[in-house]
Amino acid sequence: MNTEAERRPADASVEDVFAAALAEKDERGRSLWIDAWHRLLKNRAAVVSGAIMLLMLLAVLFGPMVAPWAADFTDWDHTSSPPSLETGHWFGTDAVGRDILVRTLEGGRISLLVGLVATLVSLAIGVTYGAVSGYYGGLTDRVMMRAVDIVYALPFMFLVILLMVVFGRNIILIFVAIGAVNWLDMARIVRGQTLSLKNTEFVEAARACGVSHQAIIRRHIIPNLLGVVMVYMTLTIPQVILVESFLSFLGLGVQEPMSSWGALVADGAQDMESAPWTLIFPAAFLTVTLYCFNYIGDGMRDALDPKDRL
Amino acid sequence: MRQEGILRHATARILGLVPTMLVLITIAFFLIRVAPGGPFDSEKILPPEILANLEAQYHLDEPLLQQYFRYLGQIVSGDFGPSFHYLDQSVNELIWRGFPVSATLGGLAMLLAFFAGILIGVTAALRQNSAMDYSVMGVAMLGISVPNFVIAPLLILGLAIYGGWLPAGGWDWSWQRMVLPVVTLALPVIAYIARLTRGSMIEVLHSNYIRTARAKGLPERTVLLRHALKPALLPVISYMGPATAALITGSVVVERIYNIPGLGSFFVQGAMNRDYTLVLGIVVFYGLAIIVLNFIVDLLYAWLDPRIRYDEAP
Repeated sequence: MNTEAERRPADASVEDVFAAALAEKDERGRSLWIDAWHRLLKNRAAVVSGAIMLLMLLAVLFGPMVAPWAADFTDWDHTSSPPSLETGHWFGTDAVGRDILVRTLEGGRISLLVGLVATLVSLAIGVTYGAVSGYYGGLTDRVMMRAVDIVYALPFMFLVILLMVVFGRNIILIFVAIGAVNWLDMARIVRGQTLSLKNTEFVEAARACGVSHQAIIRRHIIPNLLGVVMVYMTLTIPQVILVESFLSFLGLGVQEPMSSWGALVADGAQDMESAPWTLIFPAAFLTVTLYCFNYIGDGMRDALDPKDRL
Repeated sequence: MRQEGILRHATARILGLVPTMLVLITIAFFLIRVAPGGPFDSEKILPPEILANLEAQYHLDEPLLQQYFRYLGQIVSGDFGPSFHYLDQSVNELIWRGFPVSATLGGLAMLLAFFAGILIGVTAALRQNSAMDYSVMGVAMLGISVPNFVIAPLLILGLAIYGGWLPAGGWDWSWQRMVLPVVTLALPVIAYIARLTRGSMIEVLHSNYIRTARAKGLPERTVLLRHALKPALLPVISYMGPATAALITGSVVVERIYNIPGLGSFFVQGAMNRDYTLVLGIVVFYGLAIIVLNFIVDLLYAWLDPRIRYDEAP
């Protein structure tokens, strides 16, 4: 920055210098992302996983629309029929003749939706909390983090189970409950990053210019957290999907006629002796999704921060 | 000085338990009390007098706050109260009935996970970037990604129903009935520990003092077992706390699938029956177990890693 300013003609206004500095910073910011993107593309596992997830997303979104059956259509001629091309039920049917392929795709909509929405909920809470705590520091920070420590030690799965039992099975509640559980890690990570960010020159400069605390957090701190947040988000999505399917498996998650992978696996496990395909297909979809998300998250972590590996 | 530091740290941590437990009990207590439907809602409608008597018996007619403080007092004295559903049994009795089963399962799973995970991780680290490394770590990722409740039915299907080698469920303290649930519980933890061990082992093997040890001409076995393994295990030790929590949570599903009369089964049953006291008791018990085990892991870590100092009071 210093050399840049010195090279400029002496009559350049302050605004010009600022604009130039901003442009320069912008460029550097972009190249970091491009760098990370190139590193990510080199990671074959992550790229393949990304492609599979894209296919999965398309299948889940459009599959049920083009399928010849509705998810709740009961084909009385083919109950508990094994997978076959002739009947048109590629993945077979369950005990009441519902098509497993269509049910799996529809269940995938719910599972992925829960994964995404609950992750966003936890993201919103966690980033705000962590950024505020780290930025203000001092007593605020200590109190806020002590609260996180206390909540962190709670056996959450059990509280979520309680919550579902008490308030009944409700999809909105699932979003809120899972999101409310998952923000703690996010808050801790963001706080740590904020602590180091708030002492950087550009934040100091902003403060010197009289920018308000809120604006600094919103405009300067949070955008710089994006990398960490994105990595963590990708790793949170499979966790959330897992929690939802865990609840659904116990019969506490989504309710009929809605379905999710967890609920389908639970149904399939009931009939697995006579109709193993009702278990295997939803289980495979769930597993592939979790597998891919984990690989994408790992790849992104390596790409954005090559030093910080598990 | 160091001993003193650890001691002071331990005291602080034990005192730190109190607010956590208080928050836990409070949340769980009020959550259950706002639930619609009482413990005595059953198919046959009870006459109001009997219902009133029952409620008086269990102090349900008192104001909520008074019940709350009564419960806190009870817990401090180690009494979880009577079960609402199993009418002639106390929650303590039920917990002590389920706990040995769950603890045996969890303990065996932990042992298996620890040894298998470290073995796999070290093996992969020694052959870093080989085909073997990639395939082992690919399988480990699978172990992390596939949920317990998918593994369990698949294992039952393959080994019990088709193979017929092992019983599909139930519990009688025989090893045959323990194999499948223990393996199911341990698999994700094995996978995680393997990944952790591999990562830290690779890092340690690249460090200067390992090079020195090798340069001294020490046999490879000694270098690995004496010099490399201990520091490489530190991340694994600190993972033991979360692993315990994972095992306890996993046991809920595993016990349900394999039809095992452990704490997890009681918990789910209790939640379905609205057995307030049982559910509360188990949540508090689990909370305490997780916190205490985390604490032990913490101390173990401090003891293993001489760099950790607890000289400053937190």
